[in-house]
Amino acid sequence: MREDISKISKWGLGLVFLAALLVLPQVLSYSQREIAVLLVINVLLVASYRLMTLTGEWSLGHVVIMGVGAYASALFAKRLGVPVPVSMFLGASTAGLAAAVLSFPLFRMKGFYFLIGSFAAGEVIRLVWKYFSTPFGGPKGIKLIPGFPDIGPISMFEPENYYYLCLAVVSLSLFILYRIEQSRIGLTFHAIHWQDKLAESVGVGTFRYRMLAFVLASFFAGLSGALYAHYIGTINPTRFDVEEMVFVLIWAIVGGTNTFFGPIIGVVALTIINEIILRSLGFDSARPMIYGALLILSVLFLPKGLEGVVQKAGRIFKARKAPEPTVRREQNA
Amino acid sequence: MSQPILEVCDLCRSFGGLKAVHNLNFAVEPQTIHGLIGPNGAGKTTTFNVISGFYAPSSGKVVYQGRDVSGMKTSKLAEIGLIRTFQGTTLFQEFSVIDNVRIGCHNSARSGFFSRITGMDRAVETAALDKAHELLAFFGLSEIANEPAASLPHGHQRALGMAVALAADPKIILLDEPFTGMNPDETARMMELVRDVRRRGITVMLVEHDMKAVMGLCDVITVMNFGSRLVEGTPDAVRNDPKVIEAYLGRAIDAA
Ligand SMILES: Nc1ncnc2c1ncn2[C@@H]1O[C@H](COP(=O)(O)OP(=O)(O)OP(=O)(O)O)[C@@H](O)[C@H]1O
Ligand SMILES: [Mg+2]
Repeated sequence: MREDISKISKWGLGLVFLAALLVLPQVLSYSQREIAVLLVINVLLVASYRLMTLTGEWSLGHVVIMGVGAYASALFAKRLGVPVPVSMFLGASTAGLAAAVLSFPLFRMKGFYFLIGSFAAGEVIRLVWKYFSTPFGGPKGIKLIPGFPDIGPISMFEPENYYYLCLAVVSLSLFILYRIEQSRIGLTFHAIHWQDKLAESVGVGTFRYRMLAFVLASFFAGLSGALYAHYIGTINPTRFDVEEMVFVLIWAIVGGTNTFFGPIIGVVALTIINEIILRSLGFDSARPMIYGALLILSVLFLPKGLEGVVQKAGRIFKARKAPEPTVRREQNA
Repeated sequence: MSQPILEVCDLCRSFGGLKAVHNLNFAVEPQTIHGLIGPNGAGKTTTFNVISGFYAPSSGKVVYQGRDVSGMKTSKLAEIGLIRTFQGTTLFQEFSVIDNVRIGCHNSARSGFFSRITGMDRAVETAALDKAHELLAFFGLSEIANEPAASLPHGHQRALGMAVALAADPKIILLDEPFTGMNPDETARMMELVRDVRRRGITVMLVEHDMKAVMGLCDVITVMNFGSRLVEGTPDAVRNDPKVIEAYLGRAIDAA
């Protein structure tokens, strides 16, 4: 009974949230709408990153993998004339494929070595983009990438409309990512993180599962890259450099990586801080410094990230409403 | 005599210059409880590690169900029913007790990627959950199914480790010191459970320092010293063998 009520209130909250997302562009200025589009894309980027971290490996190549999706989708559309919606899917798949291939050298390493290995692999990919003018356009990258085709009278060039497109694609992707995490696949990722030897001993092919996590995360990172490329219309190797990766790490760490929503909270909160507060105050160029300071502050004072704060607030709220011990973690049946 | 379920032939494993296992031979008959004992550092755990695929043998081979499985991956061996437990308590400490056992059900709960996302794996997952609960009941852990594994007392953690291994549907289970740190009551209970495991048709191989437990449980005992087989025989034969007594250097093996 109580669970029914909490389920209803969860759904209610979800609906309110969805309504807010839907009316959001209406209350934003044109340039804020552009930022909202990028934010939705970054939500997918950081949520896919979290899937990767479930197995315990932190990659420094995730933004480059996003770039693989962006480059591949742009090239499929521009060079081969593939319709953009299809090229986006192909771009995401290319990113997944790249991860599958990279798994073989990278998963020989763990922890710190994996971190460095993933960074090196990313730099190699970026060098390839820089070095080969055909087809990658060298340091200048690819320009005049075809945009998403208009749907009837709806122009996808309008940030408002592209926002809704991204919202739909990213919502579906987040749903899939969430289902993966809640299923046995997610449980197995966690198991590999905490005790890979024990997981092996009961039949879990740890290499295959690490590869699966990497490929899935890369597919969705690649999709976010494709959404980005066909919106901005131009991409280059610098856009996917390690500085961008550091932002992803900061979003994830400040938000917290213990729950599905932590990194998403992180990217949303930091984007709001960045765009609304910093930009309006004219501190824009201080972004790296402010981000660094926020990272240090959150590591010092919010060891569980923003998600921990939200959970705590939720608990206090619940405790007031219903003084009962916390219900155990939901199981997927 | 039936075909042995597990056999090691001239098995060697060295670490640098150290021959941890050296020309070891033994055969385990199906449905027996087979002991592997020896002084500290004799190479028992290394033997388990080689059999279960954690280390490749330096030379020699491991034959399981008539098939040479030397150097096969641990997870592949687990798939075909060769399961081991660990000397130190090894659990998914952050998971609930039931989730530990659910991970153990990995082999029997296989399902495709799309059925995982769409929830069409419900049938296998329900079966896995039932099996997990049944195993917890078997080990008397039902009450604490939803506690985090880390919060369990030592004895229960050891039992949970065996439950995880049994969830993987072993044909043979290698237990590395399952009774360490248990009080006599717990040990007696666990011994009864090991006998029950055998009654389920599972062959048991047991490394253990608790001589009373080993002598009480095993049909055959292989004694190792310095990586090689010293003696093999029934508990009575082994207990009275002067070579064994000497290897344990006066450690009264039938004291306790
Ligand atoms: N990974 C390793 N690297 C180097 N030496 C090792 C390794 N594993 C085991 N050894 C050595 O091999 C020898 C046998 O060790 P092993 O753990 O197999 O003994 P054991 O019979 O299980 O002893 P115990 O009863 O104390 O558990 C020891 O000298 C040990 O130090
Ligand atoms: Mg040992």
